[in-house]
Amino acid sequence: MTTNLDSLYQEIILDHYKNPHHQGLREPFEAEVHHVNPTCGDEVTLRVHLTDSPGGTHVEDVSYDALGCSISQASASVLSDLVIGKPVMDAMAIHDEFLAMMQGKGRVEPDEEVLEDGIAFAGVAKFPARIKCALLSWMAWKDATLSAVQPVQPLEQKEEAK
Amino acid sequence: MIEGLLTDLDVVRKDFPILARVLSDSDGIGQPLVYLDSANTSQKPQVVIDTMVDHLEHHNANIARAMHQLGAESTAAYEGARDRVAAFIGAPNRDEVVFLKNASEALNLAANTLAWPGERQVGPGDEVLISEMEHHSNIVPWQLLCERTGATLRWFGITDDGHLDLSNVDALITERTKVVSLVWVSNMLGTVNPIGDIARRAHDVGAIVVVDASQAAPQLPIDLAAMTDEERPDLLAFTGHKAVGPTGIGVLWGRRSVLDQLPPFLGGGEMIETVTMERSTYAPIPHKFEAGTPPIVEAVGLGAAVDYLSVLGMDHVHRHEQAITAYALEGLQTVPGLTVLGPLDVRERGGAISFEIAGVHPHDVATVLDTRGIAVRAGHHCAKPAHQRFGVQSSTRMSSYLYTTPAEIDALVEGLEYTRRYFRLD
Repeated sequence: MTTNLDSLYQEIILDHYKNPHHQGLREPFEAEVHHVNPTCGDEVTLRVHLTDSPGGTHVEDVSYDALGCSISQASASVLSDLVIGKPVMDAMAIHDEFLAMMQGKGRVEPDEEVLEDGIAFAGVAKFPARIKCALLSWMAWKDATLSAVQPVQPLEQKEEAK
Repeated sequence: MIEGLLTDLDVVRKDFPILARVLSDSDGIGQPLVYLDSANTSQKPQVVIDTMVDHLEHHNANIARAMHQLGAESTAAYEGARDRVAAFIGAPNRDEVVFLKNASEALNLAANTLAWPGERQVGPGDEVLISEMEHHSNIVPWQLLCERTGATLRWFGITDDGHLDLSNVDALITERTKVVSLVWVSNMLGTVNPIGDIARRAHDVGAIVVVDASQAAPQLPIDLAAMTDEERPDLLAFTGHKAVGPTGIGVLWGRRSVLDQLPPFLGGGEMIETVTMERSTYAPIPHKFEAGTPPIVEAVGLGAAVDYLSVLGMDHVHRHEQAITAYALEGLQTVPGLTVLGPLDVRERGGAISFEIAGVHPHDVATVLDTRGIAVRAGHHCAKPAHQRFGVQSSTRMSSYLYTTPAEIDALVEGLEYTRRYFRLD
């Protein structure tokens, strides 16, 4: 029997909450952002470290310092698991899939191949007050990644111009 | 049997239709509502709902400008509500009661009009004194005033046990102090502040005393006329919806002498005496501060609300609140790992109790309680600096009111124990 509460607080979420992965702020990093959920006060400081490799730009590291509820803490942990080591384009696709699930009011069937532990958050989508908790670190990661990627491009263009 | 509870509490609860609601979880199991979020907004008795519906069904018209029978009825109902509110707070004069949208608008009116030229204008070198335990609505307007005028914002700190830190009161209230704005009852810590003592000191240096009574008006008997002149505030703000009234209606009471000195806030219809293309002259108070069509039916609803409270008797409401709060403080402290933020002596506090539970975040506490039908608030309660003072980012808050029963407190304590088990803290 799955009660409402258990669909929100999946074992996976509680496990990540108790033992968050990739926690802490690390160097090096190309961008750091600080995101706040003003209605509840949850905060996350998140850094991304990107590296260029033959296959394109990769997410080398995501490090973070988060203050907040189990949902927002576990979400940061799952996010870092999912995107570290992936090409930025693939990581963005995971982000989009996660966002679609969270905004789907519980009616979007998540793809476990793509989201892995992230599917545990499907139940959160049915709790409107908690969706922002699950999305906080994802929004921060996207923001940080975009600002880390953008300054790289004009530099490359400059080199090409030379 | 707990002493001090309202007699016929069962009958009183029947006045509030929403309290009969049953909420269901995903298994379809009914959970009777346990409403412990009254400091956020209170529930409404049938008489308030009926009075508002009756006004809309039978008396609706604009006030003061409609020259027909309905206009006269509507005006009488609106002004009648002003009389009722004046009586509720013991206002020395009913014209000193200004109807606004909420307490925030009332505090903004004060902070905004003090920036403009006039006898009370605040300027560079002047100081505005608030406290660390204010709701954001009694912080931000004063920050704006200081930014706009070059005045300096100062504040009382909070002691470890949740009281105003008055150890440096002589350094804080000085000849430079032009405004002292203070919460009467804290919405986060519950602390009841010594408003009279501070008003006396502030008046000694010629400062205006503003009191945020948003949590006080619903809980404490207020009799402004009975206060000594030195201890009576100059301006007092509260909102209707926390005192069994509707949303959209708030009150600013002000001494006539002070309200007369303040320039108008919003310009428009009803606040004028006469208008030419070059300039206007203004209506006397309270209309000077009531530009535009006011929230008429909301004011009428508030009139019914304060009548309801007066019939119960604010002394009895206060005693009930104290009895329930004492019972809740006792029960909460049996929960392992629970820390109450704010005074533990019920005589020094109101009915809002914020707390932390080691190992569970307030949002998770609130969500688990919600699935059991228990409504509490979790977050910073619009008092971020007060949370910061205690080194916490957020807290869980239960707040009772005149309809709260000891059984509901028992349900909360049980719910918190369940929450701890759910998050594997035992």
